[in-house]
Amino acid sequence: MKIRIQGGRVIDPASGLDRVADVFIDNQLITAIGEAPDGFIAEQTIDASGLLVLPGLVDIQCRLREPGQTRKATIASETRAARAGGVTSLCMPPDTTPVIDNSAVIELIHHSNLKAGNLCHLYPIGALTKSLQGEQLSNMAMLRDTGCVALSNAFAGFCNTLVQRRAMEYAAGLGMLVVIQPRDLSLYANGCAHEGELATRLGLPPVPEAAETAALAKDIELVAQTGARTHFGQLSCARSVDMIRQAKRDGLPVSCDVAMHQLFLVDRDIEDFDSNKLTLPPLRSMRDRDALREGVADGSIDCICSDHQPQDQDSKLAPFPSASPGISALETLLPLGFRLIDEGVLELPQLVDRLSSAPARIFGLPAGRLAPGEIADVLLVETGGMTVCDPAQFLSAGKNSPFAGWDFSARVRLSLLAGKPSA
Amino acid sequence: MSATDLQLTASGRLRHFLDIEGLSRELLTEILDTAESFTSVTDRSIKKVPILRGKTVANLFFEASTRTRSTFELAAQRLSADILTLDINTSATVKGESLLDTLRNLEAMQIDMFVIRHRDSGSAHFFAQHVGPGVSVLNAGDGQHAHPTQAMLDLFTIRRYKQDFTRLRVAIVGDILHSRVARSQIHALNILLTGEVRVIAPPTLLPKEAESLGVRVYHDLDEGLRDVDVVIMLRLQKERMTGALLPSESEYYRLYGLTTERLKRARPDAIVMHPGPANRGIEIESAVMDGPQSVILNQVTYGIAVRMAVMSMIASQPPEAP
Repeated sequence: MKIRIQGGRVIDPASGLDRVADVFIDNQLITAIGEAPDGFIAEQTIDASGLLVLPGLVDIQCRLREPGQTRKATIASETRAARAGGVTSLCMPPDTTPVIDNSAVIELIHHSNLKAGNLCHLYPIGALTKSLQGEQLSNMAMLRDTGCVALSNAFAGFCNTLVQRRAMEYAAGLGMLVVIQPRDLSLYANGCAHEGELATRLGLPPVPEAAETAALAKDIELVAQTGARTHFGQLSCARSVDMIRQAKRDGLPVSCDVAMHQLFLVDRDIEDFDSNKLTLPPLRSMRDRDALREGVADGSIDCICSDHQPQDQDSKLAPFPSASPGISALETLLPLGFRLIDEGVLELPQLVDRLSSAPARIFGLPAGRLAPGEIADVLLVETGGMTVCDPAQFLSAGKNSPFAGWDFSARVRLSLLAGKPSA
Repeated sequence: MSATDLQLTASGRLRHFLDIEGLSRELLTEILDTAESFTSVTDRSIKKVPILRGKTVANLFFEASTRTRSTFELAAQRLSADILTLDINTSATVKGESLLDTLRNLEAMQIDMFVIRHRDSGSAHFFAQHVGPGVSVLNAGDGQHAHPTQAMLDLFTIRRYKQDFTRLRVAIVGDILHSRVARSQIHALNILLTGEVRVIAPPTLLPKEAESLGVRVYHDLDEGLRDVDVVIMLRLQKERMTGALLPSESEYYRLYGLTTERLKRARPDAIVMHPGPANRGIEIESAVMDGPQSVILNQVTYGIAVRMAVMSMIASQPPEAP
């Protein structure tokens, strides 16, 4: 179908485009921006005046709970939520049940996505080691050839540093991106809150800063040793940002992201023992939050992810340390992003870069651009006005959000996936 | 909702008793004064008053306890309540659902007051959020967070021997990191404007940024005990050795064990307290524990009056309008 998106403010950070223009779509692709291509006759014209026209968001850390935990959420429920939140491409970590370490699981995921109406591009991240047990390397080439865009051991550790080194080396040989959440599991112990004033007061088992930074230092050394292109996920500490900055200065092939909630919430917010604010890594100090914001602004932190973890009610209905961690975050990703603009942290093109262009570039996905020849994953976003966040209205099966009652000024008016508008 | 808002009624009276933090000096003083009036009851030959007659109190202990549980039981009995005590096996992982289900089932038996001990910090707060209107929760220890009735009985004991809190130096010695008792004591002492509160422990048994609790931190026992009026010893659990927090019991005793000799650093009229159960020869020498400065057994006695005070203050609240 030929579609003309008329009169919106079009942002494409990669080319520096930021002006009011028409976008022309033919079938799945963008064919032109500005002037209509010769002989283009639109079958549908979408009025975007007063709206922002952005590339669809790319979320590189998003748990859909399928396969394995469909009592919490399903691919059908979560891809609906993703589209409502403006996410058109998302990467799934391998810690599903069964683990994403063989082609059958990958096919199952694509099959479920198709059955759910193909609302999103789903990109599995394969396991670095078999069953995520940290002992034996997975069949990485097979995973690459069946569509895994990166490899990761998720939250599971390696049984020793040698296995980690070998896994990174082998992945580097295949040219695959390695994704690491830096965690020293022994320093994590059974911690559930940032080690600092608040955990001290509430007597919550603490997670020290070093649970992240000690692991990150080791991981960065292994990048230097193996040359593996490595993406560090969900950083939470000020010191981590400094370490990444230095690694980039040293010319190492590293990138990183932060979860959106870390840019807003801090340890003091858990004073009321609200289990919706239980996250891992934990909410850190205000100083850490500010350093993370600075890192996102200066590009040391390449992207922002949702770290979406939908939970059913029972998983959160427990005293704080015994509740399941995570936030249902797909539907607050974009509006919180616009709050970063309102609060003077980012300019609009930077925000689009961190939420779309940069993650697409790092993970090698055909997304994150509004330019002729690119796939037409397009968002129409309305800003101004206020809506109050009400998790009960989420399309996600997980209503576990600490942002209930927050004022949001941006919302998705319409999205197109490969040229096909959402219903 | 913060613990403070949750445990007080709109008019600032006790609805639950979850945490010392956030309570006013007036309220803490009222608890101490009320406890004082109950000591005469516990000294009488017929030790009962009818304040809780017709009410049912459930003791719900997800963690082992001897003295807290039994003094709560006695306190409820002396207030003429019916009492039900349940020890819930802690070895099985208690999930959120079953926790709430346990609570709901007991509520269905028309319990008026729950006394709860649970290993999770914040659990008392959690229960208080989920009980029905008119049902109260008393925190008998939640994880490493709070043990407010213990702190109140400790303050009661101190007040019995030392009048003016503002002139006192109080030292708390031992495993502060894992101690809900220490956290509640520190809050209570600070609310009553205690002159100086010290904590004395090796760095591995101190929480990060301990000073933020409003204490002075010492790693050296001799230095920390100098001129104090009150010494509170904490129990050292044996698993601290296997967790690599300490090298050995003997090394701990060498550095932090309270001996007759060391107690001389404190003021001559200093009192020695311990929330129990004490490990003789690990954190405290027998001679000190049984010595003239020890008020450890008095603490236990006062525990009954203090728990009676808290229960009666909660029970005296008129049911709130829905």
